[in-house]
Amino acid sequence: MTDATITLDDDKEASFGDFFALLKPRVMSLVVFTAMVGLIVAPGSVHPFVAFFSVLCIAIGGGASGALNMWYDADIDRVMKRTQGRPIPAGKVTEGEALAIGLTLSAFSVIMLGLASNWVAAGLLAFTIFFYVVIYTMWLKRSTPQNIVIGGAAGAFPPMIGWAVVTGDITIASTLMFALTFMWTPPHFWALALFMNSDYGKAKVPMLPVTHGTRVTRNHILAYTLLLAVTAGALLFTSIAGWVYLAAFLVMNTLFILGAVKIWRRDDAASKADNFKAERSFFKLSLAYLFAHFTALMFDGMLSGLFDGMGIGGLF
Amino acid sequence: MAITKLHEIHRRRKSRNVGLGLVLAVFVVLILGLTMVKVTTTPISNIGSAEAHN
Repeated sequence: MTDATITLDDDKEASFGDFFALLKPRVMSLVVFTAMVGLIVAPGSVHPFVAFFSVLCIAIGGGASGALNMWYDADIDRVMKRTQGRPIPAGKVTEGEALAIGLTLSAFSVIMLGLASNWVAAGLLAFTIFFYVVIYTMWLKRSTPQNIVIGGAAGAFPPMIGWAVVTGDITIASTLMFALTFMWTPPHFWALALFMNSDYGKAKVPMLPVTHGTRVTRNHILAYTLLLAVTAGALLFTSIAGWVYLAAFLVMNTLFILGAVKIWRRDDAASKADNFKAERSFFKLSLAYLFAHFTALMFDGMLSGLFDGMGIGGLF
Repeated sequence: MAITKLHEIHRRRKSRNVGLGLVLAVFVVLILGLTMVKVTTTPISNIGSAEAHN
């Protein structure tokens, strides 16, 4: 008999939390919130348990696409400072495990959503996962600086899916909710990219500031912010928008446009001098922007249920 | 020989086992709840037409 030393590589042993982190819980919270709003503002109703179960399926589907994204992007995540702590680069979860979890949860969420609600909603969820993993992660992210413009569609589908859970269809109102998040994504991520520029450059991800410089990025942020205001305004002409949405629209778009103009008027020297203060506050404001718009829609949806005819829209 | 001294690694394994156990328990409850809702809210006429179809 010989003595043996057992080396326990305890830093590499995954806990349950590491597997949960594969599902990108922070992104999942946005998915849950916007899907829930889509479900609340949709005309008609579903049983509360079906609504809860459906939102859960949408969240799991979003989480599954996050796991598949981490599986495919493990090489990039190892290089970028912001993502080095993720379960795969940290060595806690293997790439194979992330792939297995992603695929299993994708199939599970789509099938369960179809059985619980309807197959239009399930089809939209399946397309969302496909779009995020194949179109964005595998194709656009590494090949074009417009990656987040088109790829942003993946994060914009949840309110549409929530709507489809209730109605089983796709309408102009639900498409405009999609368009709101779709148009919001570019200024949101480009603001982040302005002060995380070196991270993306190191990972060779062709973000706009890396490929075209910060001047072009600042121009793009302003242009997309103006287009976003138009898109957000279009929702006023639908039956789901009410007075609360009008107030949120006016306040948030004024602040957002002012923030974008401030970024547009600055140059790199000014940004570096105050450690990207304007860009950082614009990024934070962008989170509040989306939250305010969807919260307003939710309140209008609930108020119109209480007081018939509260809505100010109705052209579509 | 039984392991008497617990290591950090055991805590993490336990968290995985407990976590998975809870996930499975929640899954069972959700499926039961969904079945109850589907059975109690499906109109009788639909059940009849399904039988006729069969």
